[in-house]
Amino acid sequence: MDLYRLGISEISARIEKREISSREVTASVFSRIGSVEDRIRSFVTLTGDQAMDMAEKADREIVSGKRSTLSGIPVAVKDNMCTKGIPTTCSSKILQGFIPPYESTVTSKLLEQGYVLTGKTNLDEFAMGSSTENSGFFTTRNPWDTERIPGGSSGGSAAAVAADECIAALGSDTGGSIRQPAALCGVVGMKPTYGRISRYGLIAFASSLDQIGPITKNVRDCAVLLNVIAGRDPLDSTSAPVAVPDFTAGIGKEIKGLKIGIPKEYFIAGMDPEVEKAVRNAILQYASLGAIPVDVSLPHSGYAVATYYVLATSEASSNLARYDGVKYGFRAEGKDLIDMYMQSRAQGFGAEVKRRIMLGTYTLSSGYYDAYYKKAQQVRTLIKKDFENAFKTVDVILTPTTPTAAFRMGEKTADPLQMYLADIFTISVNLAGVPGISIPCGFTSGNLPLGLQLIGKHFDEETLLRAAFAYEQSTDWHRRKPNL
Amino acid sequence: MDFSIEHLARLARLALTEEEKPLYRDQLVNILRYMETLNELDTAGIEPTSHVISICNVLREDSARTSLSREDALGNAPDRTEAFYRVPKIIE
Repeated sequence: MDLYRLGISEISARIEKREISSREVTASVFSRIGSVEDRIRSFVTLTGDQAMDMAEKADREIVSGKRSTLSGIPVAVKDNMCTKGIPTTCSSKILQGFIPPYESTVTSKLLEQGYVLTGKTNLDEFAMGSSTENSGFFTTRNPWDTERIPGGSSGGSAAAVAADECIAALGSDTGGSIRQPAALCGVVGMKPTYGRISRYGLIAFASSLDQIGPITKNVRDCAVLLNVIAGRDPLDSTSAPVAVPDFTAGIGKEIKGLKIGIPKEYFIAGMDPEVEKAVRNAILQYASLGAIPVDVSLPHSGYAVATYYVLATSEASSNLARYDGVKYGFRAEGKDLIDMYMQSRAQGFGAEVKRRIMLGTYTLSSGYYDAYYKKAQQVRTLIKKDFENAFKTVDVILTPTTPTAAFRMGEKTADPLQMYLADIFTISVNLAGVPGISIPCGFTSGNLPLGLQLIGKHFDEETLLRAAFAYEQSTDWHRRKPNL
Repeated sequence: MDFSIEHLARLARLALTEEEKPLYRDQLVNILRYMETLNELDTAGIEPTSHVISICNVLREDSARTSLSREDALGNAPDRTEAFYRVPKIIE
């Protein structure tokens, strides 16, 4: 059995029984990386030597009786989370050479558990995009078809999990950046409730929307990883003072009587027939497991993408003002200070990042603030209320994760707006701050994976995981692997 | 919608080439028009949402604790001298 193919729970159980060591698992993962990475390109930075040191340390701790769930487990981390002493680039030239002097809270928690970092994964620059084509370095390939994109912005993390280049990964999700690539790569990805996980050390894109979450090979592993990274953090004042349950507790419990909302706005004329068929079949499957499908309406769904792009670009223009060629990263020559700023930012940022900074600068500028930013914040209230109303009658909401399967490289790069619409089904969840999970729900006739999204109430990840696990265990989509 | 791309780029501290200016301008106009579909909704009297969970005024004790050392804080600077960031001359 190739160890790299396994998930967290299987490896952890075998490590606990001392059947295998972390060094063996880590060596297996790096041998896999050696044979597929030149075709997939999931990683901006590989941490081979450090990983073997971390594995040896984990093995020593395991022998001395200090074993945690993640002890010795190789995990990949999206390259927008700070790792002390290890380059962190956001896949941007402007952070070229940046070595964080501190550790993000999520990776600190993984370190306390004795995890093994396999490397930092590729993303659309500053997490702005849906395909990794906006990476300042290279495009990651979809393991199911290397002519296609893996989704984004956490495309490197999702591809690494799908290609078995790690046992699990962390991503971040501002408008779908965990769920969309998880769907397109055939793996599990969750955006937890806003505030569930500390954002300390996550390089900011849109602070009121950004959230870190797990990308894993199955639903149980998602719960295991969430257990480790969730919780209030004094270093992030927006992390919520809410008790963290054991997210694995509901796994395996039945879903009889669970009310699943089916929002009509997500099933529209002209939708991709293969996506519709897979998701309709999943609804039937849920009914056969005893859940009750209920029609619901989220009437402002059609305004979510526009709302999102006003708010996300406004927040980004402010957050990215810090890249000035002075404190860290890339600096270009300029004839004076302002010119140095302008040249450094012009050469350091890619086209999509510049576009969004200018959009946000416009929507926040004097005279336009009320018309764009305040207006979008008001529509955000309406979108949030849509979910509150729906959750008066249902426990979870079920939708497709994406409008189509993975698209070809270059297919949507000419028109930024077309790329934005790739996130049409995932964006509302960030605006409302509720949790969402994508799980595999089928394949197209061309053998490309499709994902199903479940959306829950604020801080009710437990119900989401219970519902996701019940479906997963009644299908075998998650067991299929790409042929690499 | 009427705006100067040069003015906007300067506010955003981005140097644009002559070829880039019309390209970005057209793309921004296209996206801003799409954003204006929000005007179809009557939002009079609707409270704006800036933050989705009800946390406000998170307070903590004002106690001293260790922070990054000066060397760590300056370690990533593209240019520095002693304990300072070095930048192009500001005052004429």
